[in-house]
Amino acid sequence: MEAILIPLGAGLLQAFEPLNLFMIFAGCLAGLFVGCMPGLGSVNGVAILLPVTFLVPPTAAIIFLAALYYGAMYGGAISSITLGIPGASTAVATVFDGRPMAQSGKADKALMAAAIASFIGGTVSIVLFTLFAPPLAAFALKFGPQEEFALMLLAFATFIGLGGDDIPKTIFSILLGLVMAAIGFDIISGQPRMIFFDMVEFQRGIGFLVLAIGIYGIGEMLWTLESTKGQVQMHSVNITWARFKENLREIKLYINSTWVGSFLGFFVGTLPAAGATPASLMSYGLSKTFSKDPDSFGKGNVAGVAAPEAANNAASTGSMLPMITLGIPGSPTTAILLGGMIIWGLRPGPLLFTESPDFVWGLIGSMYVANVATVLLNLALIPVFIRVLAMPFTLLTPIIFMLCVLGVFATTDRMFDTWIMLILGVCGYLLRKLNYPVAPAVLAIVLGPLAERSLRQSLISSQGDVTTFITRPISLTCVILALLLISYPLIQKMMRRRKMADAS
Amino acid sequence: MTVRTAELLMGIATFLISIGLMWNVYSDGLTIGWVEGRGPGAGMWPFWLSLGMALASVATIVRWFQGKTPESQSLDPYIHPETLFLVIVSALSLLVMLVLMNIIGTYLTLMIFMLFYVRFLGKHGWGMTMSFVLGAPIFVYLLFEVALTKYLPKGWPIFEEGFLWIDNYRWEYFY
Amino acid sequence: MRFVKTVAVSALALAVSAPAALAEWQLRKPVEFIIMAGTGGGADQIARLLQGLIEKKGLSSRPFIPINKPGGSGAEALRYLQDKAGDDHTVMMTLNSFYTTPIIQEELGVDVTTFTPIGLMAMDTFLLWVHTDRDDITDLDSYVAAVKGAGLDWKVGGTGSGQEDSVLTAMMEAAFEYDVTYIPFPGGGTVAKNLIGNQIDSTVNNPSEQMEFYRAGSSKPLVQFTGERMAAFPDVPTAKELDVDIEYYMQRSVNGPPGMSPEAVAFYTDLFGELFASQEWQDFCTSDGLTCDNFLNGDDLAAFHATQVEAHKKLIEQVGADAITGE
Repeated sequence: MEAILIPLGAGLLQAFEPLNLFMIFAGCLAGLFVGCMPGLGSVNGVAILLPVTFLVPPTAAIIFLAALYYGAMYGGAISSITLGIPGASTAVATVFDGRPMAQSGKADKALMAAAIASFIGGTVSIVLFTLFAPPLAAFALKFGPQEEFALMLLAFATFIGLGGDDIPKTIFSILLGLVMAAIGFDIISGQPRMIFFDMVEFQRGIGFLVLAIGIYGIGEMLWTLESTKGQVQMHSVNITWARFKENLREIKLYINSTWVGSFLGFFVGTLPAAGATPASLMSYGLSKTFSKDPDSFGKGNVAGVAAPEAANNAASTGSMLPMITLGIPGSPTTAILLGGMIIWGLRPGPLLFTESPDFVWGLIGSMYVANVATVLLNLALIPVFIRVLAMPFTLLTPIIFMLCVLGVFATTDRMFDTWIMLILGVCGYLLRKLNYPVAPAVLAIVLGPLAERSLRQSLISSQGDVTTFITRPISLTCVILALLLISYPLIQKMMRRRKMADAS
Repeated sequence: MTVRTAELLMGIATFLISIGLMWNVYSDGLTIGWVEGRGPGAGMWPFWLSLGMALASVATIVRWFQGKTPESQSLDPYIHPETLFLVIVSALSLLVMLVLMNIIGTYLTLMIFMLFYVRFLGKHGWGMTMSFVLGAPIFVYLLFEVALTKYLPKGWPIFEEGFLWIDNYRWEYFY
Repeated sequence: MRFVKTVAVSALALAVSAPAALAEWQLRKPVEFIIMAGTGGGADQIARLLQGLIEKKGLSSRPFIPINKPGGSGAEALRYLQDKAGDDHTVMMTLNSFYTTPIIQEELGVDVTTFTPIGLMAMDTFLLWVHTDRDDITDLDSYVAAVKGAGLDWKVGGTGSGQEDSVLTAMMEAAFEYDVTYIPFPGGGTVAKNLIGNQIDSTVNNPSEQMEFYRAGSSKPLVQFTGERMAAFPDVPTAKELDVDIEYYMQRSVNGPPGMSPEAVAFYTDLFGELFASQEWQDFCTSDGLTCDNFLNGDDLAAFHATQVEAHKKLIEQVGADAITGE
């Protein structure tokens, strides 16, 4: 214990030096700002970091980085809630309930729930990180392709019941997402697949953000324009002290989902293959499945905002673990960071903890402080964020369209994706009008590539033997959990029926 | 077009798209079956999932004939004529925006886009319009170009030259 | 008034510096630094390190913007660069898929010998790695024996069918007359992790991908596929010493699109030459087992590319495209 507390204390103290404290707030603000732009996330924020790195000492740079990372994580929720467009891929699930809440005049409650859940998720995650980094890293290594596939099964299982009432349309939506995920170059066979019109750009595949921004940005805007006949009246809220206190008391409505999301998120985030997006989606699905009132999800249940936000923050912290302990980037952001670390003269890898303890503990310490700073900033800025909702629609629409186009361009640096975004947006709008649920397609395109790849890797390594998934303990556990989850709604229904029978 | 008609047409369209995807995978010569000792072939996943899409589309069409879904009975217009204009204008404006970005570059396009939306669709005053027409490109320039070092599309060389002429001042005086 | 003055001064400055500008070509906009692989891999790490060094040393008046175009084993990047013909503000960090991808995907219509060679930053090397838990494997002979004993149960991890390490794996299969199961993963880092986690039995990683695990004592190299022993691995024999005729390198060169202007080529060659000679780069080379002895550029590099293309054509013919593309 002492071995942890002393260096951690030193790391925390570092964070409170004036320059470092300034870097924390600058980083949080920059991160929040970048994160709340649709499409832009912490990956882009790192671009701001690099020049700063050469101006200040490495420790200050690390602190700036941690703050930026957290800021961007929190920021993703802001545009999900106020604009209905996922600010980052990790914040897609936040749209599901955050958007309806904003539309019914509860944007402040949603933002507050997002901030508090993010804070709890982040904190739980850093504490776990501080205490159990080495054993967790060892556990993450036990995850081979078989375990990854079993985990994906588990993820799919959490989405049972996420679709609409029309079963064929829900199935169509899931399958469409899975097929779109297969477009591009197949690394397993080394062959290009579904390269339409021989356009070489398709070899890259269709990115998840392109679909999400197309559907939620463009499609949703068209939908809103139509359903309100252009006379959109967003509900603006006046923030008063009394309302703030009332919102604080509502924490109990979502605290359970938040805890579950935090632990789940951290765990999934530490696995090199997964990351924050599947974690937040799984957390949302779980929260809905085990809710007393699952039907209210998707219509503005505050737990539906808290669950994914807690999970994605926890997972983002968790994804630092494989990088710091193993030198393996768990997310694109950490991948880019690796370059910066090399310039600072640090070698990310299993020896980083012992060879550069100052760096590691400085980073962990500043993660604690950055988390606190971000939640405070966030709560203070809620009144500013919800002013967006009071803007006339004719001003908001062009801004949103502009940010969608530029955000998509910025993720891959190619115009091709903006075209795909527009096409998918319009198609999504037309499908949605006929009661095709779009969320399953979005989920499927995230999990599809992971699921297909790990399935095929597992089968190649077992030479085509499908029992490989149930002969390995971790994989077997995940498979059993997935089966239980799938059958849970049925069991629940039977229990209810029996209860009704007893009552009558 | 009523919702009822749209539902049938969409069912047929999704069916045809699914078949098209299956054909695309098959005609590329990808292995759609199980490879002995290796598991699924490269085409297995997309091919059979597309088949699932086709079956789901068939189910939707069958349900249309049975009149089981609310959409298959609704005689409301698919898109209300009074809002059709607004939706088409929005979608077209985006299309035009993307085309223009390739020709005259991001910044001029944004100015035209804002002028169109704020002044002609929104009917806001000139003060508001001009603050958007000028504000949007400046904001985008500072955020994307300066802070995030993204090189946004600049269009044809002549327009790129124009941009570089202005951009050059930044490098000359600020770095 | 002040504005007028500024304009007048800058016009004067322009007039004075004009002859100099003619002599020395200058960047006019940010440079797109294309990486023909995804984030986190060896090529990406190197490109981002170079970008950082350019910025740190203030070598360029405009920033280098790293852009990953990993689609189709670099196919997307190659086509992009080809379509950028004549552009003076795009350069690309390449690896061996620069040679293999156009051969395997003929329909791409890319001929890399038309590209503008700028500079060879390093030759990366390959070693054969196993987990340190494998006490039964101490050298190449015991390795071959173990593989032959396991047959298809022997799992070799790699970065994808058609990638360099799959070529090398196919070469080893031919040389030692055994068959293994090759499992593709997305990126060298993931391969390394799976070796350490005992999900796969062996791999032919680059040193930079295994170095930290090697130092931590979780993996060990058995043989290096180089001409001479590297300074970083003085005790590991080369394949040639063991009478196995496999020598294979990964080139890490910077290239421009076809038809770059000579002035721009001179500028980039100077810039990357300076980076090459820098202490930071040489230190990185030593610690990561890269060979950075010669900064090939111009016609030398063009000739180098031409021989490499031919060599890869032959290699792929020998081991068979099937052996590389898996199915």
